[in-house]
Amino acid sequence: MAINKDLSISYMGTNFQNPFCLSSSPVGSNYEMVAKCFETGWGGVFYKTVGIFVADECSPRFDQTNKEGLPWVGFKNMEQISDKPTELNFENMYKLQRDYPDHVVIPSIMGSSDEEWKQLAKMCDEMGAPMIEGNFSCPQMTSHAMGSDVGTNPELVKKYCQAVSSTTKIPFIAKMTPNITTMEIPARAALEGGAAGVSTINTIKSITNIDFENCTAMPVVDGKSSISGYSGAAVKPIALRFIANLLQDEIIGKTEVSGIGGIETWRDAAEFMALGCRNLQVTTAIMQYGYRIVEDMKNGLMHFMDEKGYNKLDDFIGCALGNIIPAEDLNRDFKILPSFSDEKCVGCGRCYVSCYDAAHQAIDWNEEKRRPELKDDKCVGCHLCLNVCPVKDCITPGEIVWKEGRQHKEIALKHKYD
Amino acid sequence: MKQNDRYVKKGGVKLSKVVKADYTAEAVAGFNSRTALEEAARCLLCHDAPCSKGCPAGTDPAKFIRSIRFRNVRGAAETIRENNILGGTCARVCPYDNLCEEACSRCGIDKPIEIGKLQRFAIEQEEALGMKTLSVPAEKKVGKVACVGAGPASLAVASELAKEGYDVTIYEREAKAGGMLTYGIVPSRLPQSVVDYDISKVEELGVKFVFNTEVKAADLEAFDAAFIGVGLWGPNVPEIAGNDLPGVYAAVDYLKAARSGAEGFNAGNRVLVVGGGDVAVDCAVTAKLNGAEDVKIVYRRTIEEAPGNLNEFHYALSLGIGMTTGMAPDSIVGDGKVEAVNFKGFRDEAAKLTLSADTIVFATGQKAEDVSAIAGVEVTDKKTVAADDNGITNVDGIFSAGDVVNGGKTVVEAVAAGKVAAFSIMQYLEKKGVK
Repeated sequence: MAINKDLSISYMGTNFQNPFCLSSSPVGSNYEMVAKCFETGWGGVFYKTVGIFVADECSPRFDQTNKEGLPWVGFKNMEQISDKPTELNFENMYKLQRDYPDHVVIPSIMGSSDEEWKQLAKMCDEMGAPMIEGNFSCPQMTSHAMGSDVGTNPELVKKYCQAVSSTTKIPFIAKMTPNITTMEIPARAALEGGAAGVSTINTIKSITNIDFENCTAMPVVDGKSSISGYSGAAVKPIALRFIANLLQDEIIGKTEVSGIGGIETWRDAAEFMALGCRNLQVTTAIMQYGYRIVEDMKNGLMHFMDEKGYNKLDDFIGCALGNIIPAEDLNRDFKILPSFSDEKCVGCGRCYVSCYDAAHQAIDWNEEKRRPELKDDKCVGCHLCLNVCPVKDCITPGEIVWKEGRQHKEIALKHKYD
Repeated sequence: MKQNDRYVKKGGVKLSKVVKADYTAEAVAGFNSRTALEEAARCLLCHDAPCSKGCPAGTDPAKFIRSIRFRNVRGAAETIRENNILGGTCARVCPYDNLCEEACSRCGIDKPIEIGKLQRFAIEQEEALGMKTLSVPAEKKVGKVACVGAGPASLAVASELAKEGYDVTIYEREAKAGGMLTYGIVPSRLPQSVVDYDISKVEELGVKFVFNTEVKAADLEAFDAAFIGVGLWGPNVPEIAGNDLPGVYAAVDYLKAARSGAEGFNAGNRVLVVGGGDVAVDCAVTAKLNGAEDVKIVYRRTIEEAPGNLNEFHYALSLGIGMTTGMAPDSIVGDGKVEAVNFKGFRDEAAKLTLSADTIVFATGQKAEDVSAIAGVEVTDKKTVAADDNGITNVDGIFSAGDVVNGGKTVVEAVAAGKVAAFSIMQYLEKKGVK
């Protein structure tokens, strides 16, 4: 029988059957789409952002980056908030909530003034929403009174959070933009304004590619293009960084964070949870592959928990957060030399090239045998060679060498590389 | 390094420019976690995937490839194993190029996803990770079922029943389980360790095995139902002059001698194999990898018409095995032992050919053996058991499927038929009130 583990989790006072939600985006913009995603197994939806403003969209509106034949490393999107009437969106959400009581329907809202935020909050209240997400982060709005231009302004974030929290008691989540150096500032402002927590990251302002037919960026809209949001696997490292910063903050760390940014697999999901996220949101991977990806996210997460002996998500949520420390606090007393397997080596010489051109010229190339030979004294233990080697388990961490005069002690190592 | 230094003797077999590994070493290398992911990334993740409709046993390649692609190899192994108890074996011996891989949409771009090899990877990971994968219900059923023969059909029946909580015993006349998998396929294509690992999954379900036992009808009286999955083991040597000379073999006997005999096995030195199926290739490869210098396959029709997998013919060619088509054996000549074989054209009446040989192996199909001692089931004029598509025979409580019913098809078809028969047995037991 297929594995079965409890993936349920409480977030913002509501029980989710699993932490996997659609993020507010094209993937959850009407009744039929959300109904299908629930039936496929998603725990909840952050419904496509609703405003008083109704978007007027351009065509085409997407682009993607790739590397060496691998498509969708990153994805660029120019869509704004919902292009459907506000009332219709609330009607859809109301019906979804009624028809799928075991799933969580969360309105995402965006106003351009105190009044609009209040009006939208009131509609959420009337709908009986379990929580509300405020979109302070869309980087491609055609109005500067909305989106990430607001999210980078702590005063406005606080003011609009106050508008919502003074209108309804429903927990309010402020969705933060990564187009900022220190996210803790607007996040704290949101909490001061009465938000219950934050979600992040929204997309990153980007230009993905230049089109030389029209001498503009992609996508080409009547010979022109605009800067707009970047997402997908490429942004996951940036998302994880912001989330670690937020959850290590004294004040924000006491709240619940919803993680967004490049989640495609159970492993990505587990990584966000290892840093402390209690809720996960996905869009880009669904745009590429469809709702069905949740099947392997759930099943893979169950197998991971089974392997590790976890019975519930709380058993590992936040397990990695304390081990992310300032660079100045790292143990710098040793180096780990790489170990080369002559048997597994296929003789490509990539380690030699990278070590010579980009590291410390610590590898000699034996031309006759076509094998690398390490010069221990020149090697600094950077492991660039291990990272470029195309053969699994060929270059692995080897001998530990202590720097002159440093104290030897037991150290924690990574042994297994995929 | 000089070119010739590579060709050293290993385990009594002379390695050469073409023979690079011994008889028991698997000929094709598998994927590792990196290369498997690269291959899975080639998958187009089709909607309503055609590959998943191509498997007789109902395996869902689209689902397990997607699991590999999304880093869920445990889930991939689970998907395969739950559907096919012989997942590791079928990953090697399935005619993929005529089934799921032929259906693959990627054929429209370049070449299909290597589905069989990805299945092999997932099952290898299942073993490496020590996954349990299958389980039996806490509450056992009282129904007792006997399976006669420990080949693919019986193994499929037994595991389906055991998963539902039935008490199953498999009787096997040989010393090991697996049937054709253990005694009738060359290990370079299907290593014994792969067969043994698949069978360990049947054992994990609590199925009991009784070896070295020829079952009689009386032995089955203690059971509520019985399944006959004895396969086809009757040798088939054509009635031509000289067919009684030493050096003349039927494929089943030759392959079995090689697999069970090990040291005592003499492959011959100039070996002719007659036939055009995978079994013919297996015999030729067995001969070559056991030290025969000159091995040829002779087939009466064309390669296009041959039932064997083209990949297997390619492998045989790469081993320096010759192939002659259009010729059928006419007589075997020799003084007290095989010395030469005369062939005549199968369609070309003028064609004649004489080949020197000390060994000739007939891979021209197997015959059913007499099953009347096991059960008085109706048989066909070919002596195969007359069971319907659901594995139901004319005798109440006796079921049958696999080669002994279909006259000899693939492993995956035996598994598929076994699954259907298991369902019939469950229905029968329910109806009989044995729960």
